[in-house]
Amino acid sequence: MIMATLTKALKPILGRQLGNAAKVFGPAASNQRGKPTYTQPPPAKYGGRHTVALIPGDGIGPELLSHVRELFRFSCVPVDFEVVNVNSSLTSEDDIKNAIMAIRRNGVALKGNIETNHIMPPNHKSRNNLLRTSLDLYANVMHCQSLPGVQTRHKNIDIIIIRENTEGEYSSLEHESVSGVVECLKIITRTNSLRIADYAFKLAREKGRRRVTAVHKANIMKLGDGLFLQCCKEVASGYPDIEFDSMIVDNTTMQLVSKPQQFDVMVMPNLYGNVVSNVCAGLVGGPGLVPGANYGRDYAVFETATRNTGKSIANRNIANPTAMLLASCLMLDHLKLYDYATMIRGAILTTMNKTRLHTVDIGGQGTTSEVVQSIMRNIESGGPLTTEI
Amino acid sequence: FTHQPPPAKYGGRHTVTLIPGDGIGPELLNHVRELFRFCCVPVDFEVVNVNSAASSEDDINNAVTAIKRNGVALKGNIETNHNLPRSHKSRNNLLRTSLDLYANVMHCQSLPGVPSHHKDIDVIIIRENTEGEYSSLEHENVPGVVESLKIITRVNSLRIAEYAFNLAREKGRRKVTAVHKANIMKLGDGLFLQCCKEVAAGYPDITLDDMIVDNTTMQLVSKPQQFDVMVMPNLYGNVVSNVCAGLVGGPGLVPGVNYGKDYAVFESATRNTGRSIANKNIANPTATLLAGCVMLDHLKLHAYARMIRKAVLKTLSETRLQTADLGGQCTTSEVVHSIMQEIQRGGHITTDLNFISAGSRDHTNSPNTCLMPNTESVCLTV
Repeated sequence: MIMATLTKALKPILGRQLGNAAKVFGPAASNQRGKPTYTQPPPAKYGGRHTVALIPGDGIGPELLSHVRELFRFSCVPVDFEVVNVNSSLTSEDDIKNAIMAIRRNGVALKGNIETNHIMPPNHKSRNNLLRTSLDLYANVMHCQSLPGVQTRHKNIDIIIIRENTEGEYSSLEHESVSGVVECLKIITRTNSLRIADYAFKLAREKGRRRVTAVHKANIMKLGDGLFLQCCKEVASGYPDIEFDSMIVDNTTMQLVSKPQQFDVMVMPNLYGNVVSNVCAGLVGGPGLVPGANYGRDYAVFETATRNTGKSIANRNIANPTAMLLASCLMLDHLKLYDYATMIRGAILTTMNKTRLHTVDIGGQGTTSEVVQSIMRNIESGGPLTTEI
Repeated sequence: FTHQPPPAKYGGRHTVTLIPGDGIGPELLNHVRELFRFCCVPVDFEVVNVNSAASSEDDINNAVTAIKRNGVALKGNIETNHNLPRSHKSRNNLLRTSLDLYANVMHCQSLPGVPSHHKDIDVIIIRENTEGEYSSLEHENVPGVVESLKIITRVNSLRIAEYAFNLAREKGRRKVTAVHKANIMKLGDGLFLQCCKEVAAGYPDITLDDMIVDNTTMQLVSKPQQFDVMVMPNLYGNVVSNVCAGLVGGPGLVPGVNYGKDYAVFESATRNTGRSIANKNIANPTATLLAGCVMLDHLKLHAYARMIRKAVLKTLSETRLQTADLGGQCTTSEVVHSIMQEIQRGGHITTDLNFISAGSRDHTNSPNTCLMPNTESVCLTV
């Protein structure tokens, strides 16, 4: 009876695929455990698979994203990737416009960082920035957690950083009215500040967090950061269950370096967000570990939190794939493919914490491919179906 | 120790402006005066109070005049209440810009005996102190849209880069790192970076490299030993100096200096008001005392500076004499008292320790047999 119920329960997952496999491939008995493996993933079904835009970027982006594809293929994740290449050295903006159109079409993207060469003329805008502002991805969310298997000086860090992603110091509005005097405009608007504060409090409530800290420099930039702070206070009054406090950015960075455990959720304008997220990434083990997500009203783009190109370690098989793989798990969560996300995330964390196979940046000696192989083995031993390793 | 002090400005003694500020400023600066009097340092303080709550700018203008008169100042941080109307500018900022104190120098060193996660840090941070994001130029053309202007000029960037390389050469440093965000702020930080490169060409013995501010902060948190001298615009300087202060043990330890062409103002590097710990006798006096030592070096009273600095660092390295911010339980006055005892043990000329108790006392009326310049010294033993 129990076996019957069990088989019945498993039937939806295994039944149809097993049946197809048997018809198409015959017994594919290459797995000792007797689980089904395939030399080719199950056939695509219209309406059953998601399409995601993939932007390889520069540096370590392409290799890490191909590992992501490899892993997804291996785990039979129903996601297809539409690859859009962006050439960062070209002056024409067609490449990035194509990428933006692809993201608009698909709604979701996974990207590597596109390099911004600062030797190019000033009118050559940062491609990453263009992408974020065109798609209005106003919230950058980074969840920083101490991982048990990684050696760090600080333990028990668990901070969510929400950074305004479209305005602030990144407006790219600069001019040189008088020769030798450059004015950079930092724009803070009421609508965007309200929007990001609302996002922050909503997220805090969703995740059951107790406190939101606004980071600012309102003692110097009274109008700008003063407006940001005021918007945060207004939104906070609508969430009485969540505590709100504020801290000046210099004090924040100093506290982060001595006692990071005091922070819960943090919300801030663009530039402080950049600095604070990099400090936090450094505290939990480095740029290779933390994934980041850029959310807009209609689109979502996933990448590594600290947006490193990693030019010096590109194509040497030493980059840490964790950040990119965890970013792809965030993407799967966003696509509501929770089972796949949990499975892959579990395998990554097992490799990191139990097997302790680490890459060079966190003090180990593993290569990127070894780590990915280990993750695949973990998935195979735990998950339902996979292709052959 | 020479009985003949170096020639001083006027009558053998220097006059220095003292701005107590708010929070822990007044009590810590009192300790500095106490200590200087105890060690017979030939410095007189001209106290100028600045009321941060008053909306008129007369107070700060008086302070600026006093500094112009004396040339040197020692100050506590003046609080900027952000609830006051927007036209009320930051007093500290006004002081820095009026006196054109263009270089903020902070020397961050790991001190033995102080608990911290990192060891062997030795970074000099040179921060542009007058322009950048701190121009206080903001306007709201359209309601709900605020524009803050960040100004970078060629003249100031060249000046600060020149200062940085000069200092690096003076101190025998090998590398200067320019911190910027030129991939996003191409014109602004691009100009700053270009000026640094131009100046670097004139110092072939020193290497210049550059790093983006986000990568810099991440590297600082994982491997701060790689940095030597760093130069950067105002806001990044603020963040980076606070990160470094946190790395070596906290805001109570590091002194900071603001140099201009004609004036120098000394304070604690992270410019904290410390309102929550004011008047509780728990603040760490190290930063302010070391700032006093740097000031003595500036006044060319090197022997006094060395003597006081040595005593401060020796006291700091003993765990039982550490204040609450370093995890100890000592009060501020106990620490200062120990420093004085240490100085006395060194056989230096001092006033009588018995007249200085571990608590705030007005010493202006206490009998003292302090050395006056050019007279025979009397060494007091207790």
